Amino acid sequence: MQWEVVIGLEIHVQLSTKSKIFSGASTAYGAEPNTQACAVDLGLPGVLPVFNGEALKKSVMFGLAIGAQINERSVFDRKNYFYPDSPKAYQISQLYYPIVGEGFIDVDLEDGSQKRIGVTRAHMEEDAGKSLHESFHNQTGIDLNRAGTPLLEIVSEPDMRSAKEAVAYMRKIHSIVRYLGVSDGNMQEGSFRCDANVSLRPKGQKEFGTRAELKNINSFRFVEKAINVEIERQMDILESGGTVVQETRLYDADKNETRSMRSKEEANDYRYFPDPDLLPIVISAEEIEAIRSTLPELPDAKCARYMDTLALSEKDAKALTVDRDMADYYEAVQQAIGDAKMAANWILGDVAALNNKHAIEFKECPVSPEQLIGLLKRIQDNTISGKIAKEVFEAMYAGEGDADTIIDKKGLKQITDTGAIEAIIDEIIANNPSQVAEFQSGKDKLIGFFVGQVMKASKGKANPGQVNQLLQTKLKP
Amino acid sequence: MSKLDKSDVEKIAFLARLGVDEQDIPEYATNLSNILDMVEQLDSVDTQGVRPMAHPLDAVQRLRADVVTESNDRENLQAHAPEVEQGLYLVPRVVE
Repeated sequence: MQWEVVIGLEIHVQLSTKSKIFSGASTAYGAEPNTQACAVDLGLPGVLPVFNGEALKKSVMFGLAIGAQINERSVFDRKNYFYPDSPKAYQISQLYYPIVGEGFIDVDLEDGSQKRIGVTRAHMEEDAGKSLHESFHNQTGIDLNRAGTPLLEIVSEPDMRSAKEAVAYMRKIHSIVRYLGVSDGNMQEGSFRCDANVSLRPKGQKEFGTRAELKNINSFRFVEKAINVEIERQMDILESGGTVVQETRLYDADKNETRSMRSKEEANDYRYFPDPDLLPIVISAEEIEAIRSTLPELPDAKCARYMDTLALSEKDAKALTVDRDMADYYEAVQQAIGDAKMAANWILGDVAALNNKHAIEFKECPVSPEQLIGLLKRIQDNTISGKIAKEVFEAMYAGEGDADTIIDKKGLKQITDTGAIEAIIDEIIANNPSQVAEFQSGKDKLIGFFVGQVMKASKGKANPGQVNQLLQTKLKP
Repeated sequence: MSKLDKSDVEKIAFLARLGVDEQDIPEYATNLSNILDMVEQLDSVDTQGVRPMAHPLDAVQRLRADVVTESNDRENLQAHAPEVEQGLYLVPRVVE
């Protein structure tokens, strides 16, 4: 049987507010347990939630960025369940009237084509706390610092047909929220998490098969692996005539398998109802337009502009615009040196390579745009060659100072004095009589050998253009 | 007429994590059924074009500025907890 894979994603994005969604406690990551959990977050009797306007603004920004309808009136509901990391015994969320309605994003697939993925909705809700199961003499420790952190849950249509498409969609959402600055998107710290609904159906069938929900997958790589092992698991069941059970499953990265967490039908009776502690959230068309006017240039628009006005290739333009920090870095350098292609080559090449090697994000790159500009200007004014520049760049990356300091200290300044270069050339010619003879008898390709020898003798500091020119003259019979 | 039976009451009690005495179940079943009957009466009203009410007050939510106003009050708050360790609230073991 030919099976078709159907995937929908729920992405939880932590909104980068300073305070929580319903209280004035801090959302800063990494604090001592329970030092950022106030009476409201603990759900103590008599407390009332007061909604953080910044969470609304950031949610609206996301909705506008994906061309979605913004609901001028949205409502918070209580989702009731019992778990000790949720002290009120309900989560405040939005079921019936979410802030963001239907939208879409276009994702790039590996074969270079684009696919439009529908976004069903996005709603605001509060995060839960954290349970620590280890080493408390058979008890569970609860840290409620994260409880009440604002989340935007982005629900996709079941439009994806492979794990790769799901990852492409997730990456695009990640890129958009980082561009907008509505989330730091930090996956290690849990600011960007994903649940995947996966099912199979015989190819051509209209109805969906029974799905399993994979919970809390916290890296792009794991999303792809988790979905692929789940597809295999379901295919084995279906091929052998069994039926897939609707349930929540957890991905175990160490064993590369998914396993059942709990079966859905009994546990998930959330008995939603409107939260009487909160009034409807209303935002006017004028306020929405005011937010729209603050939207930055988004990755697709930036990519198109790089291709149109900077004449970059599609490949380079895409690579530079995925990460906003990288794009900002690029623009600073490009504008200062006035050479779009040179800036692109350096940033996608040497800078990205060293960042990857040291697992460093662009915003933490030890070479600032100003330092890179200083270096590239020395190539442009012929102080150093492109080859020597790579050496200087590595030294800058290692924190040895700016380009001019390193060039001076290491004596890397290009030799442009004709006399000095001629002296080296004369010596090379004298030491290689047989190659000279071959060259003069018509073996033109040997010019490369001579240039190489001269560059080597000058420790790479001779100006290659000058070397070439002088050699041609001197080698003439 | 909706009539809840014993198993309905037990399920509702379980979802709300309420302990219910066996002997009280028939009375709960009757009372809850009466509530449902009352709600059913509302069904006869034509609500076409009426927006579902989210809140009895005809008002909209005020927004709070995004400012941290709370400082660390852990010691005071944890004084009320039955058991704490290393700054964590301890609860009976929860196993997934």
